[in-house]
Amino acid sequence: MFEEFKWLPEQASTVAPEVDMLTLFIVVVTVLITALVGVLTLAFAVAFRRKSESYIPAPSFGNVPLEIGWTLIPVLICLVMFSWGVKVYSNIVIPPADAMEIYGVGRQWMWKIQHPEGQREINALHVPIGRPVKVTLTSEDVIHCFSIPAFRVKQDVVPGRYSSLWFQPTKPGTYHLFCSEYCGTEHSRMIGKVIVMEEADYQKWLSEGAESGQALQGRKLYTKLQCVTCHTGNAEAKAPNLEGIYRKHIPISHIDGVKIKDGTKVFADDAYIRESILYPNAKVAAGWESIMPTYQGLVTEEELLQVIAYIKSLNQGQTPPRTEETPTPATIQNKSANKEAN
Amino acid sequence: MSAIKETEQDHGQHHHHKDLAHHFDTLEQQHDANTLGMWAFLLTEVLFFGGLFAAYTIYRYKYSAVFEEASNHLDIKLGAINTVILILSSLTMALAVRCSQTGSSLWTGRWLLITIGFGLMFLGVKYFEWKHDYHIHLMPGKDWSGKDWWHWQYAKQAKEMEAHSKGAEHSYPDRNTVPPDNDPKFGVKGIQESQQARLFFLLYFCMTSLHALHMLVGFVLIGIIAYFAYQGAYSPEYYSPVENIGLYWHFVDIVWIFLFPLLYLLGAHMGH
Amino acid sequence: MATVGLESKTFEKFPDIVGRDDDVNYLNHEHSVASWLITLDHKRIGLLYLVTITLMFLLGGALAGAIRLELLTPKGDFLAADTYNKAFTAHGIIMLFFFLIPSIPAVLGNFVLPLMIGAKDVAFPRLNLLSYYLYFAGSVIALTALLLGGVDTGWTFYTPFSSTYSNSYVVVMASGLFVVGFSSILTGLNFIITVHRMRCPGLTWFRLPLFIWAIYATSVVQLLGTPVIAVTLGLLGVERVLGVGIFDPRLGGDPILFQHLFWFYSHPAVYIMILPSLGVTSEVIATFSRKNVFGYHIIAFSSIAIAVFGFIVWAHHMFTTGMSPYAAMVFSLLTFSVAIPSGIKVFSWLATMYGGSISFDTPMIYAFGFLGLFTIGGLTGLFLSTLGTDIHLHDTYFIVAHFHYIMVGGAIMGYMAGIHFWWPKMTGRLYSEFWGKLSAGITFIGFNFTFFPQFILGYLGMPRRYYEYPDEFQVLNVFSTAGASILAIGYLMPLFYMIHSFFFGEKASSNPYGGSTLDWTNTTSPPSPHNFEKTPVVTEEPYHFHGKEAAVVSH
Repeated sequence: MFEEFKWLPEQASTVAPEVDMLTLFIVVVTVLITALVGVLTLAFAVAFRRKSESYIPAPSFGNVPLEIGWTLIPVLICLVMFSWGVKVYSNIVIPPADAMEIYGVGRQWMWKIQHPEGQREINALHVPIGRPVKVTLTSEDVIHCFSIPAFRVKQDVVPGRYSSLWFQPTKPGTYHLFCSEYCGTEHSRMIGKVIVMEEADYQKWLSEGAESGQALQGRKLYTKLQCVTCHTGNAEAKAPNLEGIYRKHIPISHIDGVKIKDGTKVFADDAYIRESILYPNAKVAAGWESIMPTYQGLVTEEELLQVIAYIKSLNQGQTPPRTEETPTPATIQNKSANKEAN
Repeated sequence: MSAIKETEQDHGQHHHHKDLAHHFDTLEQQHDANTLGMWAFLLTEVLFFGGLFAAYTIYRYKYSAVFEEASNHLDIKLGAINTVILILSSLTMALAVRCSQTGSSLWTGRWLLITIGFGLMFLGVKYFEWKHDYHIHLMPGKDWSGKDWWHWQYAKQAKEMEAHSKGAEHSYPDRNTVPPDNDPKFGVKGIQESQQARLFFLLYFCMTSLHALHMLVGFVLIGIIAYFAYQGAYSPEYYSPVENIGLYWHFVDIVWIFLFPLLYLLGAHMGH
Repeated sequence: MATVGLESKTFEKFPDIVGRDDDVNYLNHEHSVASWLITLDHKRIGLLYLVTITLMFLLGGALAGAIRLELLTPKGDFLAADTYNKAFTAHGIIMLFFFLIPSIPAVLGNFVLPLMIGAKDVAFPRLNLLSYYLYFAGSVIALTALLLGGVDTGWTFYTPFSSTYSNSYVVVMASGLFVVGFSSILTGLNFIITVHRMRCPGLTWFRLPLFIWAIYATSVVQLLGTPVIAVTLGLLGVERVLGVGIFDPRLGGDPILFQHLFWFYSHPAVYIMILPSLGVTSEVIATFSRKNVFGYHIIAFSSIAIAVFGFIVWAHHMFTTGMSPYAAMVFSLLTFSVAIPSGIKVFSWLATMYGGSISFDTPMIYAFGFLGLFTIGGLTGLFLSTLGTDIHLHDTYFIVAHFHYIMVGGAIMGYMAGIHFWWPKMTGRLYSEFWGKLSAGITFIGFNFTFFPQFILGYLGMPRRYYEYPDEFQVLNVFSTAGASILAIGYLMPLFYMIHSFFFGEKASSNPYGGSTLDWTNTTSPPSPHNFEKTPVVTEEPYHFHGKEAAVVSH
């Protein structure tokens, strides 16, 4: 057991050295303060030990400069820590715009990961080195927490909402993936591996055994769940055209059935699409009746992610005909899909 | 020799008033301590109800439309009658405190009993109201099906549809028709709204029953104090129990003054 | 009212003298069982609490032992996963709600507070007894929940796990905590009114001993925080029984709301545990240095400041929930504000020792231990209030180590210092200084052995509440478990020499340590049933140490 012992976790992401630097700073400051308190305590204990049972020392009446000093200096130290902490924190929480996206679902007691290219894995996460990766997460049951110590990142995974974290791996290798929010009996077995690979290895891995692209699976669901019946994308549509809406600001007319000010817009991100599928009435697109049924209980969290991936990939004029069994548009195909077709 | 001779303690040093507990020095000190104690207790009560009000505020904000509509299921008339009754009971309580300060033991007791009477009237009205709520299936318990809620919504929507009459494509059933179980259109204002409405009714029952529980505790305390008042236990020198039960009762009253608009009047502006 | 000596310049003091067996005191003036069980005497109620919480401490400690044994090896071999989860849940609940929260306020506060302010009792003696029985009833309900099969939610009861997914006795346990919460509220209320209205003549606010300030600040937190957790646990119970989704997102509820409500109480609850220890430390350091506490006013205000700040920092427990980054920044900054008054206290104690006449009796050794452990515990908090590092450390063993340094290293060391300090007053007996100092030393060493490795474990990434863990974490876990066995010896020793002292200890004088406050100067050891022969009159600030030779020192 001793040969495996390490004092520091691996530094395997771009933020890891930043976090370690900040930690080192706080360690130095706190060790100095602890040493100061410890040395003074011992020194005073020796120097001012009771020498005579009858001696009563003169009382002290404060020392204003000293008191201002030990108030202001800690304030300054705290402000430095706070500002530095905010800087590192911003790097931890704000993902770069070009981050590749991976989706994950936590449940008692496993992690299910989906890559946009269609690869799916359980309790493992393969990522390429040197590229920013954003993982969007939700839970099927209780609160979990997606934690990768080697990357110094961590994000609670809360049922009913999407949360995300990002990292950019810098070192190939295999690292721990922990659930760090207590989630029941087998909490300590809800662990997995994060495998950081060279880009070429990653591409190779992606092409091995992937069923079909995530968006392609979403496309199948789009027909199967009858989305296409109303969201036809043409003149007969009973529901808004979903082509190209992803990450656009779209006008809405009702919130929870209440008419709102004209011109109000909502940002059509993952969370909004998810909400609109599960709670169609929550924010209704302007100019449309709220006639959509809820899909709550009809789609799993994983399927939701697939539908969202599909809507994301849906460009102008690509909505399939209502009864089509025709080949899919080339833009959403990928290597694995081609492989499958071959 | 350092042992204190207990018999010679304070009791021997000065005369003790019959109402003065041994650990207080003066009646004034005792009165101040009791009054301050009651205020501190009411402060903790404010935070106790505060947790519920916080939950209410958050969900009221989150599900405002459903909360307003759910509010219309409550009977504003009964709520208003109860508000009047409770305000009257506060008046009689204030009179009881006044009488104890002027030394009129008999009237102190009478006003206290009248206060209990008003309180009982309040709970009587509340009983019939809850019974009615139960009959129209507002209980948010395990058997909450949401069906009544859906039907109600459904009928309302149908009515609006008739008014707008936007075309034959949407055909809604007659408002008296019970919708079939598996109609996917229930989903439109269905499952999730039904659960949100359930939250409203849960908060309604939690808050009103916690309030009623405080009234029941109040009855017992007022009853005991009324008994002592008839025994002539209170005087202009010593009336802090009456004053404190008064503070408590006014607090219970004020809680209701907040509950009434938040729960009953919430949806009233919608014109139902 | 006794008004003697209002104009005099010194306390009306008893000679420092050893009592005789036939002296009447609160321990021997009545002997029946009922005279103990339905007593209204704050001193006897304090002892009732002492016995009950000691039993709870032993139970919580045994559970800690089971947890550490399980963690000796990476694989789960000593306990089943489910048993382990129930063990750490029970450990947390018992130690926090049934030991730490009532420890200093209910035992020492009850015993010492009226003595220190020259009162015959607390303001509401019957309410005080009711508090004890609520505590007792709450304990019985909680133990019932454990005997029925336990609870596996963790002491934090996070939803929706606790409300929907857990198949354990959550509702029973929550009702136990609900009841014990009211005990805490009523104790706090009683102490607040006692401090406001029961001070003896001349004892103005700024003549109060610092322990009173600390207890007062604690009581305010108890009064304002506890009702919120009570109603939150109530809603949790309603959700479980009725299946309504107050906190379950599938039914429209919000699980994060639970965390907000929970931490709104549970963060201030940390200050319920640590503030009284800070107060004890001020008393002990002043007495054993024979010096007035440096910066009295600032220490008094910093207790209040910590209590107030405690209510506005709760969301720092939730930085990883996906809260708005701006909210996180605000809460991070607010959290740092707690560090400042804590730091001021530590430096002021050092300044108190400077130029003093320090003796090394057992309470002082414990206070030294407190100083060291509280400093480390407080400073490691900086890693967690700093956003950049908290993300990595959140929910790891770093957190476990940090809060044990504060709550075990800080609060329990302070409690032990207080118990040893006031033991002669409570029992009229002295304990063995040798065993006392030895146990303080063993506790300090065992504690650091147990919990320091956990800081490193946490930084390495070991999550908390794991009953199996990767092999590379074993070395530090072995250290930790070894340390825990040393710590256990340190905590068990006082049980033996204190019980020995109670029956066979040497008689204590009324003021064996040369204390300056009314509890030492104006009462016998043990005190008489009504505390004071004459109502004392205070004419000066606290911590003026008048010895026989006081006259030779000019001040």
